[in-house]
Amino acid sequence: MADVVVEQGRVARAAGARKGSSLRNTLGRKSTVAFFLTLPLILLILLLVLYPAFYSLYLATLNKAMTKFVGLGNFTFLFKRETFWMVVKQSCIFAITAVVFKALIGFIVAHFVHNIPGKKQRKWRGMLLVPWVIPPAMSTLAWLWLFDPSYSAFNYTLSFFGVGPIPWLGETFWARFSVILVNVWYGAPFFLIMYLAALKSVPDQLYEAAAIDGANWWQKIWYVTLPMMRNIIAITTLFSLIVTFANFDIVRILTSGGPLDTTHLFATWAFQVGIQSSDIPLGACVSLFMVPILAVAAVFILRDVSKRGNEA
Amino acid sequence: MSTMAIDKAGPTRKLGSMSRDRAWALRWSYFFLVLFAIFFLTPPVYMLITSLKSSAEISAATNPWWVFHPTLSNYIELLTSNQFLRFFWNSSIISIVVVIVTMMISIPAAFALARMKFWGSATLATGVFLTYLIPDSLLFIPLFKMLGVVQDLTGITLLNRWYVLVFIYPTLTVPFCTWIMIGYFASIPKELDEAAIIDGASWLQTLLRIFIPVALPGLIAATIFAFTVSWAQFLYPLVFTTSIDQLVLPVGITTTLIKGDVFNWGQIMTGALLGAAPPLIIYAFLMDYYIAGLTAGATKG
Repeated sequence: MADVVVEQGRVARAAGARKGSSLRNTLGRKSTVAFFLTLPLILLILLLVLYPAFYSLYLATLNKAMTKFVGLGNFTFLFKRETFWMVVKQSCIFAITAVVFKALIGFIVAHFVHNIPGKKQRKWRGMLLVPWVIPPAMSTLAWLWLFDPSYSAFNYTLSFFGVGPIPWLGETFWARFSVILVNVWYGAPFFLIMYLAALKSVPDQLYEAAAIDGANWWQKIWYVTLPMMRNIIAITTLFSLIVTFANFDIVRILTSGGPLDTTHLFATWAFQVGIQSSDIPLGACVSLFMVPILAVAAVFILRDVSKRGNEA
Repeated sequence: MSTMAIDKAGPTRKLGSMSRDRAWALRWSYFFLVLFAIFFLTPPVYMLITSLKSSAEISAATNPWWVFHPTLSNYIELLTSNQFLRFFWNSSIISIVVVIVTMMISIPAAFALARMKFWGSATLATGVFLTYLIPDSLLFIPLFKMLGVVQDLTGITLLNRWYVLVFIYPTLTVPFCTWIMIGYFASIPKELDEAAIIDGASWLQTLLRIFIPVALPGLIAATIFAFTVSWAQFLYPLVFTTSIDQLVLPVGITTTLIKGDVFNWGQIMTGALLGAAPPLIIYAFLMDYYIAGLTAGATKG
């Protein structure tokens, strides 16, 4: 409908302007205008996203000096290295644990915020979102200082409870715990905001009906809240899974992968191998291993997003 | 609302216990909210505490949670150091230019994708969304190599120059901004732009006179997003720039203030706090837009 109107207006104008030349007609046509409006976007995506992505595939098949084609040589080399499998394992542990805790904390805190009177919600929400607003590189520095081996403020506080100094970043278990803790701290507010928005969109009548039917708080969450929030929970979790899996800043600043490479993720290890040790093909190869999980998550997100679009 | 419904349904005796339950639920909510607020706010508060301490007080290992001799020397030292001001300047200029570039690319594109159904427009919109899901840690190595190759071919210095970040950052900001602008534009009633077209407005006039003013809240949200993302970006500047005068704030603080094993924590925390200040200030004043942008990504479109 609108298209017809639009075309007519265009044609009428073009005809009015002394039988406009064919060039002007082409320029005025809707698809041509649309092409020029989207051209910068298309160029940007082609040149700086798609091309590098495929270039990365090509780079991964070269030798270290980038003079010779080695096929899958880099991949087989990685498969033989113990560090690589440790990185795979740690990336999975890191991403899954962090996302689960972020989602849980976000869900719980969203309920608490939702419980309190409307006017105060704004203030609390504003305060609780602060970790998400601070650039992660900056806030991780504060955590690094909180975890400092000799001046750790945490260990100072814990010493009053008789808990010995904890080697936050010095031992494998604690280092893994610390990077996950910082990631949860940074990411939970995002879940909080998303879930709070979803909670507000659940109609009150549903809870009233459940209350009349004698549902307790747990049944209300299980049978009303969760089904109503299903879509938001799915999208947020998948988004966060991608971002967490590809995380760089936190691990880089906090541990640089140490102790003994046990906290490396794909991104930090790829940085160390590809940039610091200047073995670009191997680095590209390492980062390519992120693609499968990203692709799976992306497919599911796309499905959910288009489902939402259809519902609306 | 819900209490009223219960009021009608149940006997009055039950109402007392119901409201007492509510009061307790409220108290517990506050209790846990305070706990979580402490967890969420400890690092920024600790930044502030440490930034007010002198090196002597930090190394004396007194109570880390208290400032006994507050001093602004860290702030004065950093804000008068040319190096730190240079980082701040680099970060600011890059973020501002990136915001402008992002808007110039994503607003027309979002307009075309939301209003003009052309061949491949649906595919392109999906493609834009998918691009948003590609993380920086996947592309930094090929981009680094690409810049090197282009530099060798053209003789233009690209590596170790801050301006190259102006071209790279839009890959992070444009997809999301386009995506949420499509959502905002699509929610504008068609009658508005139809009326404008009938009155003889061109596409450009429709965009400038109708779409941009009506979708201004979305525009602000997208601007905030683009600014905070470029301000916080750490990986690309770490890879592409190395000389001290080319660094942006996050990289500058982590690389120059940490000298070997000597950590000047007072200054590091001051720098981190000053680096976190612009996003925090924007957030404090434009919180509603900030949150609208955050939630729009998943709820629109």
